[in-house]
Amino acid sequence: MAGTSGTPAAKGVPPQADAHTGAPGPGAPLGPGVGGPGAGETGAAGNGSGAAPVASGTGLRLSGVARVFGQVVAVSGVDLEVPLHSRMSIVGPSGCGKSTLLALICGLDEPNEGTIDVLGATTSAERLRRCAWMPQRDLLLPWRDVLGNAALALENQGVRRRTARQRVGHLVERFGLAGFEEKLPHQLSGGMRQRVSFLRTLVAGKEVLLLDEPFGALDSITRADLQGWLRTALDAEPRTTVLVTHDVEEALLIGERVVVMSARPGRIRAQFDVHLPHAGSRRELIRHPEFAELRDEILSLLEAVT
Amino acid sequence: MSTTVTRPDESEVTAPAKSGRTSAGIRRALPAAGILVAIALIWEAVSHWFGVPNYVLPSLDSIWSTGVAEWRGTLASATLVTTEEVLLGFLLSIVIALVIAFALHSSRVVRNAVYPLLIGSQAVPVVVVAPVLAIIFGYTITPKLIVVTLICFFPIVVNTIDGLASVDPELLRVMRTLDGDRWATLRRVEAPAALPSIFSGLRIAATYAPIGAVFGEYAGSQNGLGYVMIQAIPQLETALVFAAIFILTAEAILLFIAVSVLERIICPWAREGKR
Repeated sequence: MAGTSGTPAAKGVPPQADAHTGAPGPGAPLGPGVGGPGAGETGAAGNGSGAAPVASGTGLRLSGVARVFGQVVAVSGVDLEVPLHSRMSIVGPSGCGKSTLLALICGLDEPNEGTIDVLGATTSAERLRRCAWMPQRDLLLPWRDVLGNAALALENQGVRRRTARQRVGHLVERFGLAGFEEKLPHQLSGGMRQRVSFLRTLVAGKEVLLLDEPFGALDSITRADLQGWLRTALDAEPRTTVLVTHDVEEALLIGERVVVMSARPGRIRAQFDVHLPHAGSRRELIRHPEFAELRDEILSLLEAVT
Repeated sequence: MSTTVTRPDESEVTAPAKSGRTSAGIRRALPAAGILVAIALIWEAVSHWFGVPNYVLPSLDSIWSTGVAEWRGTLASATLVTTEEVLLGFLLSIVIALVIAFALHSSRVVRNAVYPLLIGSQAVPVVVVAPVLAIIFGYTITPKLIVVTLICFFPIVVNTIDGLASVDPELLRVMRTLDGDRWATLRRVEAPAALPSIFSGLRIAATYAPIGAVFGEYAGSQNGLGYVMIQAIPQLETALVFAAIFILTAEAILLFIAVSVLERIICPWAREGKR
């Protein structure tokens, strides 16, 4: 396992240079190239510059957000700000409304109170256009092969089937899926399925990534592997990312800021900025003194809120 | 067993798996064949040695010889007529059932309005309706097609609706974040997901279709296996009746197999995890 997915991490680094050189053709990386219609407006994921209508450096802003289901207050008084192209992790005990928060951000749900601003979009329909959401289960379509599953968003955006498959085909190698293009989901391992699901999410060409415990269903070896891989992939091509998890190490590895939530009602208890060397391997990072310190602090805080 | 473990590796797996499947298929068919032979032996024994008159229970060999003798004169053309009714009626009921099911799936109002009517339609005694249809449409193929459709469409509708509604709600949410509108979701997610249950409905309907055709012919016809039976029973030509029944049985089984083969071609992924 470690062998197969070590490769994409190493090769996954080809960075923005690609995006600059080419027209947003099939060769361009995850960003605008694969985005299809709509990618142009949400803008230059890989370039950092460009015609995007994002004046400020704010990716996401939540102010005073509350969501109530019947009698249950799922989240309340949530104020959050995620700068453009930065990554935030949310940790908290189960039932603290982390997933509710993601559904609210990406426009699958509306808050009862407060406002949510995603790159200037405040209505749920517009937020849906700007956000990609990846749940814990891979939810691949069993009748579509790897390329077909990954190309789903492009087909939904009106790209012809063959063209969509071709465009996705150029990305497969970086996701450690080379040679598996025409395999059906049941022929893949859990880690590979999750990577296909992640590829499908990225191909939608959205500026904002919302990851809901993306590795929660995997064994610990595969999970560690994919955490390192995701970190590298997002370093190479920054997106505004919110990761929900109950794994503190995962939160610290992926997030540049970690938010701790308490349960019932879900509220924000604390926020930590994570300053870790960018290039270190997962093992080096975990041994880093600051990492250990933050982990202990967050864990004790989590014990206090549960 | 070892095939499942190595499956993700490479294509070398497919060759042994395929031959294994055929022999497994033969092994699975053996019990059915055994029971058939046992029934045939008992049948022959009863009809030959217990003095049962031929017009009550004809022996298998007399049914066979009657079938062969009557094939050219009556059975061949009757089989052709009935097969046409069965196949056309079956196709018609598939089309109608799928249209109804997709309409019911896409609108809650339509579903609430029409579903009770559909259920009620299944309580209508087809045996009584068939002669009325024969009066209205005469001895044409139309009343037979209507009867076959009346009997066949319901299991297809119910299974299709269940299949369309069986999609994981979280997957539907994922589709919304992947820019999938209502139509894209129906086409790329719900319809393919419903295929296995659609085929379950088709298999049930396939076994009903020949019965429907015979009902239709009983109500009024000039040819067909049902017509042959009406003619043969008053003359105590029981062997001929049984010959017609066996042809009908074979037709139902063949239709069932055809549907199953089609399913395996159209949705091979559905077989994974079933076994």
